[in-house]
Amino acid sequence: MAAIRLDQETIFTVLIYIFLSLLVITIVYPLVYVLSASFSDPLALLNGEIWLLPIRPNLKAYANVLENEQIWMGYKNTVLYTVVGTVINLVLTVMAAYPLSRKDLKGASLIMIILVITMFFRGGLVPLYLVVRSLGLTNTFWAMVIPTGITTYNVIIMRTFFRATIPDELKDSAFMDGCSNTAFLLRIVLPLSGPILAVMVLFYSVFHWNDFFNALIYLSNRKLFPLQLILREIIIQSNVEDMIGEDAGYLEHLLRSEALKYTVIIFASVPMLILYPFLQRFFVKGVMVGAIKG
Amino acid sequence: MLIPVLIWYFLFRYLPIYGVQIAFKDFLPFKGIWDSPWVGFKHFIRFFESYYFWRLIRNTVGISIYTLAVEFPAAIILALLLNEVRSRSFKRVVQNVTYVPHFLSVVVVVGMLSTFSNARYGIFNQIIKLFGGEPTFLLARKELFKTLYVFTNTWQNTGWRAIIYMAALAGINPNLYEAAVVDGASRFRQIIHISLPGILPTIIILLILRIGRILTLEFHKILLMQNPLNMATSDVISTFVYRVGILEGNYSFSTAVGLFNAALNLMLLLLANRFAKRMSETSLW
Repeated sequence: MAAIRLDQETIFTVLIYIFLSLLVITIVYPLVYVLSASFSDPLALLNGEIWLLPIRPNLKAYANVLENEQIWMGYKNTVLYTVVGTVINLVLTVMAAYPLSRKDLKGASLIMIILVITMFFRGGLVPLYLVVRSLGLTNTFWAMVIPTGITTYNVIIMRTFFRATIPDELKDSAFMDGCSNTAFLLRIVLPLSGPILAVMVLFYSVFHWNDFFNALIYLSNRKLFPLQLILREIIIQSNVEDMIGEDAGYLEHLLRSEALKYTVIIFASVPMLILYPFLQRFFVKGVMVGAIKG
Repeated sequence: MLIPVLIWYFLFRYLPIYGVQIAFKDFLPFKGIWDSPWVGFKHFIRFFESYYFWRLIRNTVGISIYTLAVEFPAAIILALLLNEVRSRSFKRVVQNVTYVPHFLSVVVVVGMLSTFSNARYGIFNQIIKLFGGEPTFLLARKELFKTLYVFTNTWQNTGWRAIIYMAALAGINPNLYEAAVVDGASRFRQIIHISLPGILPTIIILLILRIGRILTLEFHKILLMQNPLNMATSDVISTFVYRVGILEGNYSFSTAVGLFNAALNLMLLLLANRFAKRMSETSLW
């Protein structure tokens, strides 16, 4: 009897391992394929020879990307939007979360309600667009970083963190020593808040890096386009054109553009995937802090 | 310190809410929001009677239900299975690998999908050919749209969404499992009778929130996946609002459509919350 049960348990465990391994393969395979395709001879790509490893590996597609001015411009814009946008996000989020975490702030609960309401009631796409336009932000750098200034959910996470890690006694003794409010925040609270700041950097910068929609609605000047919009043109729209108009052009052009697609995907994704392992040990914690309160 | 924050909320959150009134007006840019003439429910009626109305509702609801049926349980199942893994290193590998796609942009994910689907040399079609099928541009096939949308979403987000369930599972009292082992319960029965009930409150809360956003969808992604050939199944309320509002400049009409969508969402959220409260005493408030 005991032997049979043991067997069932073993089978169960083995099944779980097999299933999860298959899952890992399903996730990794497309990514490896893209990587291999970006290094391969485009001709092998068109003939469908690539299955897992690069065929006749070379760096031509990368050289093409490096020559492409549009991609460089998009890259530069995206880096700027991400850096400036994330700084604005962090400053505003701290400026909201810190005062609201203080128990001695009068009217804190009212302000909290004002903030939380906006998580459920929104004006919607068009009214927001009209506001941004009437402020004269459309087609400027600021359209990409100001309307996305605060995420209320992140304010809540950060406030919870401050409440949990900064004891009242610390504040009292600092103030006794003549420390001002601002000095207390800058010299004591923020240095103690490394993990939550790291999580916020991760959340906000991933958002800015990957954001294409705000650019799509607010920007029409190509000089301001972020990488994601350029990507959209290179990859998605060209596939559709390929499909609709059979006259997509010479083989030469096709070879170039096919290899380019995979390479720009790598170019666009690598920075965030590099950032992730550095901040990774913080973010599960960050998600948890939010979950407790959420 | 709070002043800049409040100004931001006023400008970018409350002014748009004030602007919603143009749904009941004929918005004239030179007159401004306040002075444009009232027209009552004209725009709503025009929407309800339009040729697109049922198509939009059918697609929006269809994609939402499909998502709810596949993507929502996937994260729970992944968390439950991971919870059974005893090898710490294996668990870490699976977790970290499944998080990775979350950091890719929608443009990249749709770009991969679209390139893989390319009729002439996409890898999906290579595989289809291998099994003797006929290669086609998959994104142009309107009957496949929902499936492609839901499965790429699941591919991208399941690992990330499982985090919160993993946290809930970690909070279950280990004594319960020990007692179950003593009683001779198999691992499978432990999952059904201990793990699952243990994370039920989390599941319910997330389900309510999900239902409240049922008509919102990740419309940026749908927008990217759309092409003239799959519009019949891919056009949803939010992409319609974008097209009619931002591209065609019908501000009042599209605001009305957006408001209708938001009102339905809110109603569903309240209904789901009340239902959950009655059934299980777990609710948002």
